Amino acid sequence: MRFPSALLFLSIFLAGCSSGTSGESTDSGLRTESETVELLNVSYDPTRELWKDLNAAFAESYQQETGNVVTIKQSHGGSSSQARAVVDGLDADVVSLALWLDTDQIRQKNLIKDDWEERLPNRSLPYTSTIVFVVRQGNPKQIYDWSDLSKPGVQIITPNPKTSGNGKLAFMAAWGSVIVGGGTEDQARKFVTRLYKQVPVLDTGARGATTTFSQKEIGDVHLTWENEAHLEVQEAKGALELVYPSVSILAEPHVAVVDANVDRKHTRIAAEAYLKFLYTAQGQEIIARHFYRPADAETLAKHAKQFPDVSLFPITRLAASWNEAQARFFSDGAIFDTIYQSK
Amino acid sequence: MHPSHPWNKVSGPLEVTDSTLNIACQAKISPLAPRAASTLRTRKSAGGLVADEPLWLRVLLIGSAFTVIGLLILIPLVYVFVQALADGWSGLIKNLWNDPDTRHSIWLTLSVAPLAVALNTVFGLAAAWTITRFQFPGRTLLTTLLDVPFAISPVVVGLMFVLLFGMQGYFGPLLRDHGIKVIFAWPGLLLATTFVTLPFVARELIPLMESLGAEEEIAAVSLGANPWQLFWRITLPNIKWGLVYGLIQCHARAIGEFGAVYVVSGHIAGQTDTMPLRVEKLFQEYNNPGSYAVASVLTLMALLTLLGKSLLERFLERQMAAAQQEAQSP
Repeated sequence: MRFPSALLFLSIFLAGCSSGTSGESTDSGLRTESETVELLNVSYDPTRELWKDLNAAFAESYQQETGNVVTIKQSHGGSSSQARAVVDGLDADVVSLALWLDTDQIRQKNLIKDDWEERLPNRSLPYTSTIVFVVRQGNPKQIYDWSDLSKPGVQIITPNPKTSGNGKLAFMAAWGSVIVGGGTEDQARKFVTRLYKQVPVLDTGARGATTTFSQKEIGDVHLTWENEAHLEVQEAKGALELVYPSVSILAEPHVAVVDANVDRKHTRIAAEAYLKFLYTAQGQEIIARHFYRPADAETLAKHAKQFPDVSLFPITRLAASWNEAQARFFSDGAIFDTIYQSK
Repeated sequence: MHPSHPWNKVSGPLEVTDSTLNIACQAKISPLAPRAASTLRTRKSAGGLVADEPLWLRVLLIGSAFTVIGLLILIPLVYVFVQALADGWSGLIKNLWNDPDTRHSIWLTLSVAPLAVALNTVFGLAAAWTITRFQFPGRTLLTTLLDVPFAISPVVVGLMFVLLFGMQGYFGPLLRDHGIKVIFAWPGLLLATTFVTLPFVARELIPLMESLGAEEEIAAVSLGANPWQLFWRITLPNIKWGLVYGLIQCHARAIGEFGAVYVVSGHIAGQTDTMPLRVEKLFQEYNNPGSYAVASVLTLMALLTLLGKSLLERFLERQMAAAQQEAQSP
């Protein structure tokens, strides 16, 4: 009899699956939260290695401080599609997405409260980052700054700005390099038009583009996150080099507690402690070691050697907000659609 | 019929016997009679064809067939195992066992796939029974609908479930109120896998049950068999090999499913990542040895499934040959 045994199997599985709460209750008998907490952190693509280290460190410090065991599950993918999944019901306790825009998508569905940006230090930014260049060994195409990208014969790898945070940031950085240098919008448009003509393939996410550039060996220069560039160069063992342009965009990957989910799952205390941990000396140190620019000035100064002084401009230098930038540059029929002809 | 035609070697004896023997014979050969017969046919006729061609053409054709298959299938297949074993057996086992997320993905696939197969067994039997044993309006439509999972892209299947069971969808808010998770959780994986593999069992059984006809079942009912007796003693023994064949195909597809599962999984490592998803993730995390280790296990499962399938085919062919001999001897 196949079916009943399958049902039995299912029920055993479900029973085994439900998160175990330990039997002993605290002295006071008051229990606001179960003693074993499981958190889900929904993040963007290139942060896998960072969160692996942060999670282990937090779990240890949380247990020491509170006696409670916390395990953290990770989900990674393209930033916008991850936001979409949370809106569709992915049970994230915290989100750590690439762009303000994506976190705000979740707020718009009332899963995150309106004041989220002000709830944590530094506008909920435990770290910032930027977009840099990765080139082949010896920099054969002589690429040193943004203007070199439009030289004939230079093939550029960058993910699709429509689906990827990396892609949007790379586009805005290229556009901004003209504006910040005193150019007009017309010149900026001409520059990005030339630039995206030289993009042979638009991957949907940051890691996909990295694979295209470093493993499939397509293209001469890869526009990517600073942290991803360091990892990529490390993994390539000498076959790739990192190039810092003179200016680039200030990338602000915010973190936020997903209020609707933590209230339902009763995980708010642990989730808030988790995000606060990112700002501790230990958390900031791990962040810096993974080549993200730490919010804490002291930690940043300590690692100054690995973060060359690039002039970083915020998105507000180019548009009133990310919402406006999205509408003006990346929505259907907007600037990106008019300058990019798919092949 | 032309007596000299090689096909008649197979179909001839069955035709000359009287109808009772014919049914008995088919029943004994049971499920895959049409398939096994066709395999025999092609072998015999193909053998005749090849022998007539000049040697150079034979060498060219066979050689190019082996080259293409070698390049496209054999070399990549071997490469997966070579990569997985780059650090030896201990390395492979370490890659599979020491990472709890990988361990979980193996376990997840090994629980979702068999359960999807079990559900499809029940469903496939019911569907094949309904379609071959009853006449009703909409029967053709039902048969066509059965093929829908084959026709739709798996990604669309996944999105369909997100739209249905997601928080922005029709049932999402209701399910959440009752504390039930479908997508981004285990039931969603099962649902997507079951949907994608749904036609295999039914598609295997329908032509078989149609060719068997209902005579034996009618006879059993007229002799007073109740529905359970009918099923266990008449129908199931007749279709059992066809059923097994369908299950094998269904299982092979279920363990490898990527697209639909990718959309509904939510990519939670150690929770909703099945083996195919884990392979992709490890690859993107620069963990090539880990990625190839999981890929090799997945490949091994597929090869074992394939082996089971060909063993079954050989077994049935032999059974069928035995049945013919029996039919020929008076």
